[in-house]
Formats: sequence, C-alpha cells, structure tokens
Amino acid sequence: MTETRSAAAQAAPDIPTGRSRKVRGRPLLYTSYAQDMALLDTRAKRVSTGVLVVLAFALAVLLQDRSLEVLAGAYVLAIGAIGLNIVTGYAGQVSLGHAFFVAIGAYTAAALSGPVDGERLGYGVAEIWLWLPAAGLVAAAAGVLVAPLATRLRGLYLAVVTLGLVFLGEHVFKEWQELTGGPGVGREAAIPQLFGVRLDQDGPLGTKEQTLYVLMLVLLIVFAVAARNLARSRIGRAFAAIRDRDIAAAVIGVPLTRNKVLAFGISSFYAGCAGGLLYTISGYVEPGSFSLLMSVQFIAMVLIGGVATVSGAIAGALFISLLQPLTRSLPSLVPFVSGDTTQTPNVFQVETVLYGLLIVLFLIFEPRGLFGLWIRIRNYWKSWPFSY
Amino acid sequence: MKGLLESLIRGLGNGSVYALLALGFVIIYKATRVISFAQPALMLAGAVAVSYLAEVTGFYAAVLLSALLIAGVALAIERIAIRPMVGRPVFVVAIITLGIDVVVRVVVNAFIGRDVRQMGDPWGFTQVSLGPLVVQSRWLAMLVVTAVLVGLLFAFFRFTKYGLAMRAAAFDQEIALAQGVSVGMVFALSWGLAGFLAAIAGMFVGTGQGIEQLTWVVALKALPAIIVGGLDSLGGAVVGGLVVGVVESLFQSYQGEFAPWLGQNVAVVSPYIVMLIVLLVRPYGLFGTREVERV
Repeated sequence: MTETRSAAAQAAPDIPTGRSRKVRGRPLLYTSYAQDMALLDTRAKRVSTGVLVVLAFALAVLLQDRSLEVLAGAYVLAIGAIGLNIVTGYAGQVSLGHAFFVAIGAYTAAALSGPVDGERLGYGVAEIWLWLPAAGLVAAAAGVLVAPLATRLRGLYLAVVTLGLVFLGEHVFKEWQELTGGPGVGREAAIPQLFGVRLDQDGPLGTKEQTLYVLMLVLLIVFAVAARNLARSRIGRAFAAIRDRDIAAAVIGVPLTRNKVLAFGISSFYAGCAGGLLYTISGYVEPGSFSLLMSVQFIAMVLIGGVATVSGAIAGALFISLLQPLTRSLPSLVPFVSGDTTQTPNVFQVETVLYGLLIVLFLIFEPRGLFGLWIRIRNYWKSWPFSY
Repeated sequence: MKGLLESLIRGLGNGSVYALLALGFVIIYKATRVISFAQPALMLAGAVAVSYLAEVTGFYAAVLLSALLIAGVALAIERIAIRPMVGRPVFVVAIITLGIDVVVRVVVNAFIGRDVRQMGDPWGFTQVSLGPLVVQSRWLAMLVVTAVLVGLLFAFFRFTKYGLAMRAAAFDQEIALAQGVSVGMVFALSWGLAGFLAAIAGMFVGTGQGIEQLTWVVALKALPAIIVGGLDSLGGAVVGGLVVGVVESLFQSYQGEFAPWLGQNVAVVSPYIVMLIVLLVRPYGLFGTREVERV
C-alpha cells in the first residue's frame, strides 16, 4: 500500500501541467489541467462559438432596424440575467431584488449623463466609458450594503427580504422626483457617447439601431467572457461550494461572508450596467418599470435559459425578449386574440400567462432549461444511432 | 389620544386581514417548507368570486361559497403543479408558485376588467361609535371574524385527527409517514386551508373601497408579517399580521406630521421597513424556530 503511494508520488512530476497537445480524434481526452479548465475545450465549441459571434455581428447589416432594436434590448437583458445567474445560479443566494439594482444603475447613468441645467438631476458626463462603470459600481455598492443581511439569512427568508427591497426601491424612486421625474412622467435616459460620437443617433457608423446593436453585442461578449472566467476561477468554485452546502463549504475553509458579499456585489454590478444600458435604446426611464414583474422576468430568463450557465442566461434573455414581438404578432395569426387591451383575451394577457406557464413547465419538465434541452439534443446525436 | 386609539383600531382591523393571509403562508410553509407566492392570486380570486356570487346568492352565502371554491382551486393547483415537485429544492417550488400566481392573476384580472368591483358587503364605510371613539364597522367585523377563524383553526390543529396529522407532518415528514399519516393529504389540506383563508381575506380587502387589478399587492404585506412573526409559527403569523397592520396605520396617521421628508405613501412600504429592522435583530423572526443544521 505504502509502496504504491510512494510510487505514485514519484510518478507525479511526470504529469504534464502546462498546455499540451491534444490527441487527434479524441476531443474529450484531456492531458493537462489547463486543457480541462479551458473556456472552449473542444474544437467543435471553438468553431461554433466563432461562427455564432461572426453571425451576430453580421446581423447588424442583415436585419432591419426594428429587429436590431429588439435584439439590442435582449443583449442588455442578457447582461442583467448573467448578473442574476452569478448570485442565484452560481452562489445559490435567491434574489428577487434584481430590479432594484437595475434601477440604481439606470438612474446613476441617467443622472451622470443628463444635461447639467436640465429639468432633472444631471452632471453632463455623457461618455459611456465613464457612466457605465459608475452605474455598475454604485449598484455594486448597494449590493454590498444589502449583503450583510444576506449572510445572516438563508433560503426563503432571503427571497422575501430581497422582495421587500424591490418595494422599498420602487417607493424611493417614485418619490424622488428630482432624480426620476416621478411615476408616469419619467426622465430621459443615459446618453451613450463614445469619444464625442453620439451612439444613439444615425451617424457615420450606421443607423442608430445598428450602432447600438453593435455596442450592446460587444459589451455582452465582454461581460459574458468575464462571467465565464469568474465561474472557473477560485471565486467561482467557492460560490459553487456555498451553493451546494454552505456549512460544508465553511468547514473546508471557504469564507462565507466574504464570498456572499462578493457574489451580491458582482451580481449588482452586472445589474447596474444592464440598467444603465437598457434605457438608452428607448431614451426614456419611468420609475414604475422597476417592479416585481421585472425581477420575475429576470428569474424567468435564468430558469428558462439554464441555472448556473452563462450561455443559458443569454439564451433565456433572447427567448424572453423575442416572446414579446412574437405575441404582439399573434392577433394577425390567431383571430380570437385581440391586440386591444380592453378586450379579453388580449396579447398582453397571453404574454404574461406565457411567462408564468413557461417558468412552471420548464421547472417541472426540464429544470436545466434551454441549456438542458441543448445537452439532450447534443447527447442524442453524440451517441446516434444508439439511444444511450 | 382619541385619534391614536382610532388609528390603532383601524390598524388592528387591517392587521387581522394580513394575519389571515399570513396564516395561509405559514400553514403551507409548515407542511411543505415552501413559501407559496400564489397567495396574492388566490386572495384576488376570492374577492372576485364574492363580488360575482353576492349578486346571486346574497353576501354571506357568497363568502362561504367562494371560500370553498378558492379552497378547491388551491387544491387543484397543489395537485397539478406542486405535488410532482416533492423532493425538489424549495426554491424551485417557490418559483413555480410565483409562475402560478402570474397565470392565475391574469385570468382573474379578466373577470375584474377595468373598473372597481364592489363586494356587496353590508359594512361599506359605515361608522359606529364605541364610547367616545368613532370607527368604521368593517374594521370591527374584520377583527371579530379573524378572532373566530383563528380560534377555530387553533382548535382544529389542537383537537382533531387531521390537525394532529398536520402537526406531525410539520414536525418530521418521514416519521409521520411511518406512523401512517398520509403526507400527501397534509399537503392538500394545507393548500386548501390557505386558499380558504385567502378568499376570506380577499373579501375583507374589498369591503368599502372594492377591488381592482392592483389590489393583489395588498397580499404581499403578509410577507413582512410572516417574516416578523417567524416563518414557522402560527401564533407569530397572527402577531406579525397585527403588528404590520398597526404600524401601517400609525404611519398613515402620523408620518405626514412627524416625518414629512419621507415622502407620501410611506405607509405602503412601512411593513418592509419593520421587517428589515426585525431581521437585523432576530434573523428568524420573533417566534420562528432557529434553524439548526448538521453538516
């Protein structure tokens, strides 16, 4: 017994630790740790991700402006969903308060970039590389402030407290009219300006929608890669340990408080950035939009897409955002659904029911979400023609 | 002093409605370890059912019928969407109830329409005088009915076979199962009771001002109530509901005078402020049992 152990210890230096060559035709054979932990570990993933990214950029020229606007919004929501996924999916801390942090980001960005002598609070800093991190950081600060509560509470207590946060935030934003314009009135949103070029106007780079689309796409890629890297780092493993069993994690030396605070901070940073960007597309923010429904939508994106996967969060955000234009086109297809809000059934009712039903059905039948569906399809073809 | 006592009675009246809703949350939580976010929808459905049935059968029969109807709806929800999820993480089930809430509310809203629906209740905004105090009779009705219902409920848990079964299942599901308690029946019973209580609470919420599509938010005030009282304490739910009602009523009466800088309508969010303060001091609420976990 001892002999084999010492033999293994002697053999240990031979295990390659650096990046080593892959064996041809054996895509799943890893010969080093770095290979196992790589972002895109197989050639198929590298190729398909590359194709997807190129395709996404090509869409800026291929699609009409109206579809680009929808997609740009979806990309921003995806950033927010990735943020929620970090705290709820990776770190396992249930948060129903995501809308609150989105609101903080939206108003920080709007106030920073607003005109100085305008009707509402404004500081005239329209450069996006200034207000975007600021929006994220202010939201992150709010997240860190809330986190001490989170470290004391567990599970559903935390869910209810974060729910309370949404209501408190909604109240503050409705009352603070100097900043938000008040319910029903609203204010102008953040102005995206990069080195003096307004990105939300038709310009040398293309139409308003094209430039915004490319901006959101680039930012989404940056945020998504950052989240993937976070998830496979030491912090990401600590989050997963806390999610799976927090007491056991504490016993093996994962500092609970620090990591929970970190999870809330990072998640809120993502939410804040998403909030700052989200309203640049419509150019207008209304304090009533940051309600419980927004939090539920983010949760729906994460659950429908796939918990604790970045690609799932993106897929979920795309799915939910595309649901809206799809249901809006229902009246022309299905005669009994009305586009008029005073009649029943109308498209808004159908849309809301679909949110609810999709959450319920996915949780009952495919808890891993769209990502799980993809895994099923992939595994089917991997082992085809055998069923297992 | 007179004003203070009057707002106290208003608070206790509204608070007893929150207590009914909170009891529903706690009963479901004790049986299934899940917070059912579907309570607001059930409450609204109850109120709507009363407003329609009252025109046909008269008010009191309508209340009883709709409470039974909503209990049936709750049973159906439990059987279709919650029972298949036994053994899955509680968070997942809680989110499912959130989804159900959204769906049921859309259906109920279609019955409400754009306008305010009246309950057809005998109280309205009529006032009675208690000695020197002048209070609305509906607050007294809320207090009395809630007191009777809470008494019946506690007697049910204390003295009946089914109450014993529910207490046993809440204590330890597996041991209860081994003793011959049908845990599935306990789940169903808890949802049925919660639906029954939610419908009665919905009827009271609608007295006087009637109900509209946004009324469902009222039910969420029971969440601070259960957190203040402790998630797994029936007595705590009652106390929490009353505390939330009284705090809200006091804010309504005195916040404009003493703390105008907080802005208007702080009373609406005051329950959440109370909740945060209580949680900072006692993470498991006033009467909740401390969670002890083994690694």
